[in-house]
Amino acid sequence: MDADPREKECPIPKDKYPHIRMAHGGGGRLMHELIEKLFVAAFYSSSLESEHDSAVIHAPSGRLAYTTDSYVIQPIFFPGGDIGKLAVCGTVNDLAMSGARPLYISVGFILEEGLEIETLWKICLSMRREAANAGAKIITGDTKVVDKGKCDQIYINTAGIGIIEHDLNIRPSSIRPGDAVILNGDIGRHGMAVMAKRERLSFDTEIESDCISLSDVIMKLLEAGIEIHCLRDLTRGGLATACVEIARSSKFRIELEEKSIIISKGVRGACEMLGFDPIYVANEGRFVMFVKPGDAGKALVIINAADHDFSPAIIGKVTKEESGLVTLKTRIGTERIVDMLSGEQLPRIC
Amino acid sequence: MKYIDEYHNPRAVAAFAEKIKSITSRDWNIMEVCGGQTHAIVRHGLDQLLPDRITLLHGPGCPVCVTPLSIIDKAIEIAGRENVIFCSFGDMMRVPGSAGDLFSVKSAGGDLRVVYSPLDALRIAQENPDKEVVFFGIGFETTAPANAMSILQAGLVGLENFSVLSAMVLIPPAMEVILSSDNNKVDAFLAAGHVCTVSGFEQYEELSAGYSVPIVVTGFEPLDIIQGIYMSLAQLEDGRAMVENQYSRSVKREGNAEARRVMEDVLTIVDRRWRGLGMIESSGLAISDKYRQYDAEEKFGKVDDISDQSGECISAEILKGTRKPFDCPAFGTRCTPENPLGATMVSSEGACSAYYSYRKLDLQKTGLE
Repeated sequence: MDADPREKECPIPKDKYPHIRMAHGGGGRLMHELIEKLFVAAFYSSSLESEHDSAVIHAPSGRLAYTTDSYVIQPIFFPGGDIGKLAVCGTVNDLAMSGARPLYISVGFILEEGLEIETLWKICLSMRREAANAGAKIITGDTKVVDKGKCDQIYINTAGIGIIEHDLNIRPSSIRPGDAVILNGDIGRHGMAVMAKRERLSFDTEIESDCISLSDVIMKLLEAGIEIHCLRDLTRGGLATACVEIARSSKFRIELEEKSIIISKGVRGACEMLGFDPIYVANEGRFVMFVKPGDAGKALVIINAADHDFSPAIIGKVTKEESGLVTLKTRIGTERIVDMLSGEQLPRIC
Repeated sequence: MKYIDEYHNPRAVAAFAEKIKSITSRDWNIMEVCGGQTHAIVRHGLDQLLPDRITLLHGPGCPVCVTPLSIIDKAIEIAGRENVIFCSFGDMMRVPGSAGDLFSVKSAGGDLRVVYSPLDALRIAQENPDKEVVFFGIGFETTAPANAMSILQAGLVGLENFSVLSAMVLIPPAMEVILSSDNNKVDAFLAAGHVCTVSGFEQYEELSAGYSVPIVVTGFEPLDIIQGIYMSLAQLEDGRAMVENQYSRSVKREGNAEARRVMEDVLTIVDRRWRGLGMIESSGLAISDKYRQYDAEEKFGKVDDISDQSGECISAEILKGTRKPFDCPAFGTRCTPENPLGATMVSSEGACSAYYSYRKLDLQKTGLE
């Protein structure tokens, strides 16, 4: 996308109000200035500009998908993204996992007193870019300011509405024995990138988050008529948890092949050091897709062409055994169960 | 990736599995001492590649598992105090004490930090001069030098608000407890490679000679472990008993002299209770008198020695290699990683926890669940 002239600098002069004050959420002049000069300028949405209590939209006919998620990540800027990019991609991707094309997004900000206005501006620009990439509009929002120490710089909630323009029922109960399990790229980058930044761990090569909008690639797969039975993005809990959830709801056993699951050198090294299993580490641009086996080859070609960051592979299949288990064939030819973790992964001692 | 890919090579692993099959003539029990090795064996399914006549027993080498209840209770008490920042390795945070774990102290408002090195705790102490910063110093010979180094550093910069709660333990005394017990089943040991990187293996030569038991210093990748099994089996089948070093890319006979010197300067050998195994003579490391101002027990009171075995739990027998996780009637039902009854279920490197994560399928097959 071409650089927008308004991206150059924050429209609220730094020397006037360099930081968020309680009054920026107080309903008075400062709050209006924040909305007009910052949010409207960043999102340039006509409905935001009208400053009405709600955005009025035309209801498209057909099935709609509707989702919401909140983002409290620390650090708010990390290699490969920031909290704003994450907040838009996360909601866009949740819509995409139902096969919905994103239309509208709402944004709720909780800002900590003292947050730099310049930081907020950067986050808003990042949100605008991601929404535009996904073809979605940010049309309504809300801002609250809390006392210093009551939140960690900035929390964002986004909700999104998307339209479903196909007849498939993309959900765990639609998967069938024989379905191919496709993964769109290497795993574990987001979780390890954020952890490395937060904990000040340095590795030989910097790990960059895979945070990306998946809407475009899913729309291309649907347009090509790929018979998708189920989709799941691999956020918290990673590949393993997503597959376990799907296996449990579908009742079928899912068999994965360790050697087909790509893990970058950086992520492998970091996981080895900390005692993490990369199949449980969070991603923000990876999904598993269950498709009719005959469509798998074509799907791989489409995913491959969609983004240079993708390296799709068939990583397993659905079996007819009705155990609801996930098993993994290891590199050395043995087999083990993949289960949910009891909590988050914790770095081990030795 | 160097030192990882080549040690996951399926052809090389299969070749060792074949060699093992070809030389096994009778039943043998081989114990891997270290929890990291247990985890790798179960995760990669290495035992599935072995003949039925070879049984792997899972030893006491998980420092999180064997930290006694009394020290965890002390940690929880210190962590809950006003004005304390309590620093711990991550996997110690959810190990249950008599009532609750360190995470429950955090959610009740305590200031707990997960750190990756004791030196992180030292930095936190420097940044917070008005707080008492306590580091939970658990671990074997592997982590002891870094814990000792943090105390040396604190002394060098004259820090007064830093201390270490020591739960450090030594591996050879625990191996000796196993070997000297009446119902010992262990025919050979895979010794823990990382421990020996620091301590070397001279001490193991005495054990091996004294009890006529083969000991192979072994690494942690699949190929390391299967090669270690092969080497110990070859000794057993030949009627030899000596110390061999599979992990020579990391371990020297004399260990790491500088690390040992720091340990000897700062730490002193004491008797210590092990969760599951009970009191073991000369098996613990405490902070020496010279550095007592950095001993959390000096600042916050001594640990009360209490015993800690649930009536139903068989972790003592598992740690000694006389029983296996599936032998326990509570396994997977009354005892799970969420509600562990004893040592071997509390950390992901404990034998019961590893079986719970990766082996439930086998349990279903045997009809126990």
